[in-house]
Amino acid sequence: MKATRSMVLVSSDPESMDRGALEVFNTLQQQITAFGLDEEISLSMISDVSKKTLNPLVLVYPDAVIYGAVTPEDVPHIVEEHLYKGRVVEEKQISPYDLTGRIAWLTSRQGTLPAENRIVLKNVGVIDPENIDEYIINEGYEALATVLQEMTPADVISQIKNSGLRGRGGAGFPTGLKWQFVAGTKNEKKYVICNADESEPGTFKDRLVLEGDPHAIIEAMMISAYAVGADEGFVYIRGEYGLAISRMAKAIEQARAYGILGENIFGTDFSFDMHIHVGAGAYICGEETALIESIEGNRGEPRSRPPYPTTAGLWQKPTVVNNVETLANIPAIIRNGAEWYKAIGTPSSPGTKVYTILGNVNVTGLIEVPMGITLREVISIYAKGMKNGATFKLAQTGGSSGSIIPASLQDTPMDFDSFSKAGVSLGSGALLIGDENVCVVDLAKVLLNFFREESCGKCNPCRIGNNRAFETLVNISEGIGTIKDLDDLQMLSHQLYELSNCGLGQTAGSPLYDILAHFRAEVEAHVKLKVCPTGVCPMSGHRDYKIH
Amino acid sequence: MKVEVKEGTEVRKMVRTLVEEKGSEKAELIPILHDINGELGYISDVAIQELSELMNIPTSHIYSVATFYRMLSTDPRGRHVIQFCESAPCHVAGGRVVWQKLQQELGLSNGETSEDEKWTLLTTSCLGVCGVGPVMVVDHDIYGNVTPEQVPDILSNYD
Repeated sequence: MKATRSMVLVSSDPESMDRGALEVFNTLQQQITAFGLDEEISLSMISDVSKKTLNPLVLVYPDAVIYGAVTPEDVPHIVEEHLYKGRVVEEKQISPYDLTGRIAWLTSRQGTLPAENRIVLKNVGVIDPENIDEYIINEGYEALATVLQEMTPADVISQIKNSGLRGRGGAGFPTGLKWQFVAGTKNEKKYVICNADESEPGTFKDRLVLEGDPHAIIEAMMISAYAVGADEGFVYIRGEYGLAISRMAKAIEQARAYGILGENIFGTDFSFDMHIHVGAGAYICGEETALIESIEGNRGEPRSRPPYPTTAGLWQKPTVVNNVETLANIPAIIRNGAEWYKAIGTPSSPGTKVYTILGNVNVTGLIEVPMGITLREVISIYAKGMKNGATFKLAQTGGSSGSIIPASLQDTPMDFDSFSKAGVSLGSGALLIGDENVCVVDLAKVLLNFFREESCGKCNPCRIGNNRAFETLVNISEGIGTIKDLDDLQMLSHQLYELSNCGLGQTAGSPLYDILAHFRAEVEAHVKLKVCPTGVCPMSGHRDYKIH
Repeated sequence: MKVEVKEGTEVRKMVRTLVEEKGSEKAELIPILHDINGELGYISDVAIQELSELMNIPTSHIYSVATFYRMLSTDPRGRHVIQFCESAPCHVAGGRVVWQKLQQELGLSNGETSEDEKWTLLTTSCLGVCGVGPVMVVDHDIYGNVTPEQVPDILSNYD
C-alpha cells in the first residue's frame, strides 16, 4: 500500500461479484493506467457492503462519494470525470442514506477527512501548558464555572450520560453511568482518580494530553468531583512520564494560586483539592483496583470484584476512576452540549478517538479522528501508506491487550460495537501496523513475554498460564514445536480468559487466539515444516533461549 | 544515578529526613522508596530497616513493594542503567537487531551488571515514546529511532 491521493474501493460481496464487480475492477484498473494515475490512486476490493440492490458499488475516498450499480461501461466516464478531472459524476452517484449499515455513516463524514477533529487534543501544541492564563483564554474553566453556578450534580450526570461518552481506557464503559453509581453511593468521603498510568504498549495519547493541556484534566476532575460529591482527587501518573508529572504539578500549583482549587470555589459550597501520585513502573497499575492499591502504598495487585471501586475504592470509599482521554472530553461536552457530541462519531460510540499510529508505515504519530474510521483510511490517509511500498499484513490494535487483526478486517469501522461484533478490541487506540515481514509467532512471543513480565503474580492462571504460553511459543519459534502445542495454545488462551482475576490475564490470551484464528497456516508452517515463512524466527532446532 | 556507596548511618539519616518531610502515612511509602532509589541507585537493606521502624510498617511489606515495581531496585546497579524497550511497537520497528547489538557490545544479558560496575542492562516494557521506536533509555536520556550502528556511539557518551 502506497501513499495515494485517492482511494477507490469496489464492493466484492457475492452479489457484487455476481453482477460483474470483477469486470468493473479490471476496467477501473485499465482506465486508471490509461490516464496515468497509477501512482496517485489506489484501487482495492472491499467486502461486506450493504444494500444489495445497488451493487456493485464503487467508493471514492477521501471524497466519500459512492457510485451505485456500476457497470464496466460506466467506468471510463467515472475515471475521466471524477478521478482525472475531479468532477463528481452525479447521475451515477447514490446518497449514503439510500444505504443501510456502515457505508451510510462512513460517507456522512464527508468533508471530515483528512482533517482531524480535535476535542481531546484541542489545546495540545497550541497553548503554553505551563501558563494557566492561556488555558483560561481558550475557554478554560468555563465549563467548570457553568457546572458550579448553573447545574446540579444530577444535571451534570445526565448531560454526560446523554452525550454517550464511553471510557477511553479500553473497556468502553459509559462514563455517565459510572458517575451515577458513585453519586448514588452514600458516604461522607468520596474520591475521584484520573488514571494516567498509560502503560499499554504503543500508547502515548495520555502523555500528550498531560504534557500539552494539564489544566483540562484538572477542570474535568473537578466537574466529575462535583457530580459525584467528592472533594479530593488523585492523578496517578506513571513514573516514566517525567515531563507530564512536572507539568501537572505546575498546573495544580497555578490553579491553587488562582483559587480554582481550594475551598469554596467560585463562591460556591464546592471545595476540591488534588494530588499527584507517581507510579513506580508496573503495567498492572493501569487496572483500576491495582492503581488504588498502589496509591495506598501496596503492591499493585488487583482486588477481587465486587465490590467495585464505585462503592468501595480508595481507602474503601466510593471512588470514580477515569482515563485521561475520557476526562479530556468532559469540558467540551459541558460547553457544547450532549447533542453536539453525539453528532460526532458513530451512534453507539459518539465522539472522537485518539489513535497512535506505529509500525511499518511512512508516518507514525498521533491522530484524533471521529470514532468509526477504518484501518484502511488510517493507513492510506494519515500514515501515508506502508513503508517501502510493502504489503499490509496485520494490525495490532489497542496495545498488547488488544487484538491482532488481519488485512481482511481493515474495512471494519473502528468503534466499540463494530469492533466487538468482529471479535476484536479497540483497547487504548494504539494501532501497530505490520507488513509482510512480521512473523505472527514472533509477534505473539513478544506479547506473551510482556504479559509474563507484567503479570502481578497474584492469581495462578495468569502467572502460570502466561509462562506456559510463552515457553510454547519459544519452542515453536525454535522449530521444536509440535502440532499439539497449537491445541495447548488454544486451550491456554481460553483458560486465561475464563479463569484470570483481572483484565491483564483475561486479555493475555487474545494474541494466541488471534494468530490461530487468522494466521494458522503460518503457525503450522513453523511446526510441520519447521520453517518460519518470514525468516524471523531462529528455527535452530533446539532451545537456546534462557527462560528465567 | 548512584555515585558512591553511602555508609549505614548516612543512609539512616537520609531516610529519617525523607520521612519527616513526607510523613509516615502508608500512602507515602512508594514516594519515599522512589526518593531512596534516586539517592542511592537502589534500596538497601539498611534503608528498608530504618523505614520499617519510622513508618511502623513490617520490613516484609516494604520489601514486597520494593521488589514489585520496575523502577525500584533492591540490588545495587551500575553507574549507568540502560533500559531497552522490548514491547511490540519497538520490536516491529527493528528493535530485535538493536537489542542483539546492545548485548553483544556490552557483553551483558538482560538484568546483568558489568564487572566494572559501569553498566546495568535491563529490558523494559513500553516507555510511551513509541512514535520513534526502537527506543533505549540511558539513565534519563531517551534515544529514539536507534539503529544497531548507532549503539557504540550512544554508549561512548558515558563514562
